[in-house]
Amino acid sequence: MRGYLLARLRHMVPVVLGVVTVVFLLIHLIPGDPVEIMLGESALAAQKEELRRELHLDRPVVIQYGEFLLGLAKGDLGTSFRSREPVLREILRRVPATFLLSAASILVALLVAVPLGVLSALKQHSLLDHLSGFLAMLGLSMPNFWLGPLLILIFSLELGLFPVSGYGTAGHLVLPAVTMGTGMAAILMRMLRSSLLEEIRQDYVRAACARGLSRRAAVVRHALANSLIPVLTVMGLQFGALLSGSIITETIFSWPGIGRLTIQAIEARDYPLVQGCILFIAICTVIVNLLTDLLYSRLDPRIRYE
Amino acid sequence: MSERASWRILVGRVARNRAAVAGAAFVLLFLLVAVLAPWLAPYAPGAQALDSGLSGPSRAHWLGQDRLGRDLLSRLVYGARISVAVGLGTVSLSLLIGLLVGAASGFFGGKVDNVLMRLADVLLAFPGILLAIAITSVLGPSLRNVLIALCALGWVGYARLIRGQILKVKEMEFVQSATAVGSPPARLLLVHILPNAISPVIVEATFGIARAIVAEAGLSFLGLGVNPPTPSWGAMISEGRHFLFVAPHLTTVPGLAIMATVMAFNFLGDGLRDAMDVREEIR
Repeated sequence: MRGYLLARLRHMVPVVLGVVTVVFLLIHLIPGDPVEIMLGESALAAQKEELRRELHLDRPVVIQYGEFLLGLAKGDLGTSFRSREPVLREILRRVPATFLLSAASILVALLVAVPLGVLSALKQHSLLDHLSGFLAMLGLSMPNFWLGPLLILIFSLELGLFPVSGYGTAGHLVLPAVTMGTGMAAILMRMLRSSLLEEIRQDYVRAACARGLSRRAAVVRHALANSLIPVLTVMGLQFGALLSGSIITETIFSWPGIGRLTIQAIEARDYPLVQGCILFIAICTVIVNLLTDLLYSRLDPRIRYE
Repeated sequence: MSERASWRILVGRVARNRAAVAGAAFVLLFLLVAVLAPWLAPYAPGAQALDSGLSGPSRAHWLGQDRLGRDLLSRLVYGARISVAVGLGTVSLSLLIGLLVGAASGFFGGKVDNVLMRLADVLLAFPGILLAIAITSVLGPSLRNVLIALCALGWVGYARLIRGQILKVKEMEFVQSATAVGSPPARLLLVHILPNAISPVIVEATFGIARAIVAEAGLSFLGLGVNPPTPSWGAMISEGRHFLFVAPHLTTVPGLAIMATVMAFNFLGDGLRDAMDVREEIR
């Protein structure tokens, strides 16, 4: 296990360095003078020079890159151009909201995917199976920037069950979590169904049935645990997509997380903050992918020795 | 079995899958609407009628009018053009880059493979449309920039797929035989390996079009897609959501168009995948 962990960490280092480099280069992709874009054409020359110095844009690119890396090593992601606060502090302030929303979305996804996936596999080719399949396809095809407003229209404006937007109570969490969790529920449901169908055909399930266990009990007690391993992996790998999806969902529901902060930073042309948010989401994705890999190797002993 | 015969079998298998046929029919309809937009749209997409803004469906405007009194049906029809342009444009460009990178990586292996696949790993660390958001946020909103942003990550999936296929096909006997009789590398790759590695790429491209359409609409929803007043389905939803209570059709109609189109491509992709899997088993 230790060897596997070290190998995965070794593989992670160049990826993280690459991610950092891409994020660093972002500001250099801006067509024209980034300082002029941030301050506007009417800004005074002295103001422009000051910002250029502050962002180290007056130095050669290689030096800028070195300073960027050095800053990151010290946990310094720069200073927000608008709020004048350290970027990391702004991001960390928004982390709990985004993680709460992500956790709630995963919960929604599991609550929908597990029962539907199990029932579909148990009753393969039945009406219920076809209906679940269609629902899964619907979930996969429904973009969250449409589902969100649709849920607001039905459950907030028409039925008055949940608040339109905002943060603070459990009621505020429901619609954004459903919006973000629907796509994941569809993916997990399809995954669980196919994985469970594979497990059901294994000899150990047949053996459990031969020992007198009902088919349903054999599936739930034995096959389900094994079929959940790939589901867990997919869930981990989907976490990054969930975080990137939070940019749209948080914008729709005015949820004060990192996604909303990213869009606010883009609208304000606050490029240090944009860089910080993008970097944070990407690094979180890399870490969660690593943890998923490790968890998978823990749950499936065959992986450990590969 | 001749190439034409195997294609006929493939089409036959897809034709027996009702969902795939329905998907293919809708995809065809979608493409026709996009191509024939100037003849199908009852009004110019930018024609305003401020006095009748936010009106619901009527005989003159079947799907109603937006805030500026523009005909929703006409904007929807013209919006299909953006979706087609982005869907096909992204997939074609990504496929071309993916093909070159994947072929180089799988065929040459070693250091070339290592460097190219590490680059792919780096880009894959940016989940979903994060990289596209990052790129369009600095380049600015435009159709060209959306294409650049979506291709920046889009090629990775194809490259990995093609690389994997090439590694698999490279070991097959007919390729080994061709190598043994001294077939040059370019001929090996173009004549023997690639045609036999292309099936899963076609399936992936079908899903890729759906993903690109959603991604463009998502970027336009955030104000990072095509520039207004060009009609884009995502931008239409974004604009409509401010009038959810008084004019819900402004949000629901373009959303339904996106969902139906994406679903059609997904059904078609599923059908193609099933048909091609069977074909591989028979081989």
